[in-house]
Amino acid sequence: MTLVEKSEAHWVAMVHAIAEKQDKSAFAELFRHFAPRVKAFLMKNGADESLAEECMQDVMTTLWRKAQMYDPARASVATWIFTVARNRKIDLLRKYARPEPEELPWGPEPEPEAAEVIILAQESSKLAAALKALPDKQRKLIERAYFGDMTHSEIAAETGLPLGTIKSRLRLALDRLRHNMT
Amino acid sequence: MNIQTNQISDELLMGYASGALPQAFDLVVATHLSLNQAAHMRLQGFEALGGAMLEGLDEAPVADESLENVLARINGDAPEAPVLAARSDGIFPTPLKQVVGGDSDAVLWRSIGMGVKTAVVHDDEHATARLLYIPAGSEMPMHSHSGLEMTLVLQGAYSDDDGRYARGDLEIATDQDDHTPVADAGEDCICLIATDGKLKFKSWLARIAQPFIGI
Repeated sequence: MTLVEKSEAHWVAMVHAIAEKQDKSAFAELFRHFAPRVKAFLMKNGADESLAEECMQDVMTTLWRKAQMYDPARASVATWIFTVARNRKIDLLRKYARPEPEELPWGPEPEPEAAEVIILAQESSKLAAALKALPDKQRKLIERAYFGDMTHSEIAAETGLPLGTIKSRLRLALDRLRHNMT
Repeated sequence: MNIQTNQISDELLMGYASGALPQAFDLVVATHLSLNQAAHMRLQGFEALGGAMLEGLDEAPVADESLENVLARINGDAPEAPVLAARSDGIFPTPLKQVVGGDSDAVLWRSIGMGVKTAVVHDDEHATARLLYIPAGSEMPMHSHSGLEMTLVLQGAYSDDDGRYARGDLEIATDQDDHTPVADAGEDCICLIATDGKLKFKSWLARIAQPFIGI
């Protein structure tokens, strides 16, 4: 079965429907798409099945409660959900509340070097495509860095690759992502 | 004088975005990002990368009653009204204030001699975060360390062999570096430092004091 991929605008509309109208069917749709991914994310980070299930339910509950905090100008829906799941992971698996930076102020902002910003929030589908286009080895390394909760030296120990190789491959992967985004 | 800033590395931003850094480093990165918009925007790029990867994960089957459970917990409550986190108007940005329990006047400093003071704000088996207070024009005791060291300036400025660092600037040093920071004349310097190895001070006074002050 092939489902038509939902557009970013669709997910933004779902979150807004939750925030403004407490729309349970919009929430159910968001749940069906993201809950299994959030659970997979938690399991990749070392939670067993039942802990991941419980923790995923916490994350999904938080999404409802914080729906009004979501700002599509700053992050895609998937990115927002990723940050909520990551914070819950730190609370739960590492037992501390993550220190959060202050919000970026409104108003004129100094532009960081274009090449430094991998992507702005609005370009999430481009980023997903750029990620898919990476060579396997490079994409796997980035996945490990994000989802394995491992330091680069631990990745080195597990893959048997020298630390220098890991670092240069990661750098290469990031350069290529930046290049594909421009 | 040419002000040199060491940009926070991709590696550290990625570690922060993915939640893989030790807590002491999380604290220094969060504090730095509160003072540096360009770095904060780069972080958003790394969070977007996390979002794109979450989207691409193979789904893990959820329990049958999962959605029902969540809806029961929500219990028809309306989503919370948005709260904008207050920006700190003191010397310490919000994430540091939360750990210290106030601004620089709330710190319980311990003197380590020559007017230099320190306070540990977080310590665990992975890494330590501490504040360091260096009087204007003074030297921080010469030291080396066994791992990664991140120094963030919160007040005043200091210079070492690699450059000059003022409020919001971050210096990253590895175990190859031996450095002797000197605070600018004019204002006492306050820094937040995270280390994943113990600092080793080289002056005899500091070396004698070290076991007692737990640096």
